[in-house]
Amino acid sequence: MKALLVGECRDGKLLEHTYELFGFAEQFGADCAMLLVGSESALPGYGGTLYLADAAKYGEYNPDLHKRLVQAAVEREKPDYVVFIHSSYGWDLAPRVAAVLGAAQLSEVLGFAQGSFELPCCSQKMRRRLKPAGPVAVLTLQLGAFPVVKPGGSPKLQHLDAEGAGRVEFLGYEPPLPKGVDLAKAEVIVSAGRGIGKVENLPVIAALAKALGGEVGASRPVVNSGWIEAGHQVGTTGQTVSPKLYVACGISGAIQHLAGMKKSAFVVAINKDKDAPIGEVADVMVVADVMQFVPALTAKLAK
Amino acid sequence: MKILVCIKQVPDMESRFRPDSTGVWYSETDLAFRVNEYDEYALEQAVLLKEQLGGEPELTVLSVGPDRVVEAIKKALAMGCDRGVHVQDGASHLKDPWQIASVIAAHAGGEGYDVIFTGMQSLDRGSAQVGVAVAELLDYACATTIIGFEYADGAVTVKRELEGGARGVVRLRTPALLTCQLGLNQPRYPTLPNIMKAKKKEIVAIPVSELLREESKTVMEGFYPPAKKGTGIVLEGDVADQVDRLIGILKEKTAVLR
Repeated sequence: MKALLVGECRDGKLLEHTYELFGFAEQFGADCAMLLVGSESALPGYGGTLYLADAAKYGEYNPDLHKRLVQAAVEREKPDYVVFIHSSYGWDLAPRVAAVLGAAQLSEVLGFAQGSFELPCCSQKMRRRLKPAGPVAVLTLQLGAFPVVKPGGSPKLQHLDAEGAGRVEFLGYEPPLPKGVDLAKAEVIVSAGRGIGKVENLPVIAALAKALGGEVGASRPVVNSGWIEAGHQVGTTGQTVSPKLYVACGISGAIQHLAGMKKSAFVVAINKDKDAPIGEVADVMVVADVMQFVPALTAKLAK
Repeated sequence: MKILVCIKQVPDMESRFRPDSTGVWYSETDLAFRVNEYDEYALEQAVLLKEQLGGEPELTVLSVGPDRVVEAIKKALAMGCDRGVHVQDGASHLKDPWQIASVIAAHAGGEGYDVIFTGMQSLDRGSAQVGVAVAELLDYACATTIIGFEYADGAVTVKRELEGGARGVVRLRTPALLTCQLGLNQPRYPTLPNIMKAKKKEIVAIPVSELLREESKTVMEGFYPPAKKGTGIVLEGDVADQVDRLIGILKEKTAVLR
């Protein structure tokens, strides 16, 4: 079993989640080689073959060319699997690679058994099992599903080139928006999700946060709806938090949200839906209507 | 200019999901369907682009699926699309993303769309593959996960959302396909007059057999709930009782309440 792992660089740095690819390869028992569009000054600590294409020449985001680079590495390496992280880089590039290879793609892989892969579906509430047909398959791994493994060593470099130009012109990065509120320092965070129903209900969440001496956080839909500033967003694209107590009010638990708060010491989830994925990380799951339960809790705490 | 938006109809995600008789996907019994949330942003961006260009572009909405998806197409028409294409397929849930993409591309290939919008993924299957695969099949420039969009003089400039809240700004010349992330815009609600107007708009029905050329590249083997990882306490019942029990637990297990 042979896997070609595709690492990621951003702003000249190797992204840490690249090491989750080694975690997958180790669990899977695969021989691996890695491909990276990056530079010799930011190489992964790993002693195997590394196909390196120069990011100065090919760009960090140039999907048409990166596709050809992966294709060139596949021709040399002849892997059974081409493996990406299911990230903004991986989900963008993987389908292009699958198309050019004529290969199956399985997205957001969580695990594997007997040649089949387990993937999430229905907003993480359910699972499905899929088997790829054909000699080579493209996988993207759910962020955080496999452990970070740092094999150590220095890679054996093989330089890689591709012809032509890409049609997507990269103009630059914009930094994240200012945080506004530094949730990383908060000991208690009470977060509002879509389940609060409307913006008028936000003060109810803020009142509980105040009663617990904490800050107000929010899930993505609440920010997208314009109910609260983006600085309050918890999750992959917002802030990563680890308070002593995290109270998720009406938050279903999208994987991007869970990734931002699952290191909290104690998690209370309040949700009408007993099967909501937030239950996976909750120490206490209160099955209730947020707008009934939260005011009652706040009132009791005030006594 | 010609614009295409591809939408999917998906169940309400607060539903309880059970396997169907094949055991590889959910049973539709008792499920309420709606337009996939990501696709609402795609629809809104397409309508905004049409409005920006003074209403000149012809805006088509396409959906693949059984007869129920006509409701989703009607909503899109009421939001401002000009015509609908319903690729009739009672078994679309058994096709893999590559097959769905090939069906869309088989339609779009002859139409010469300048800009195609899709959601970045569907809520039910979540593969994030179909849009990109359509672009590959049509040989269009493509960028995914956009949270900002501008069009000028045959080129689009988009912001891609990256991990950690950073954004990547990229420019593509048309023809281009963009997959839309939540928060790209504020999808409008169809107004009553627009819902009435939409009833007169054309919906072209095409049997999927006329467009399908590809075999599935995957075998669907199972559909099931996750193994219960959560070891948490579940509090149900009366609210006052739940409050008391939660406060008791917080006092015992955290240093937050004294």
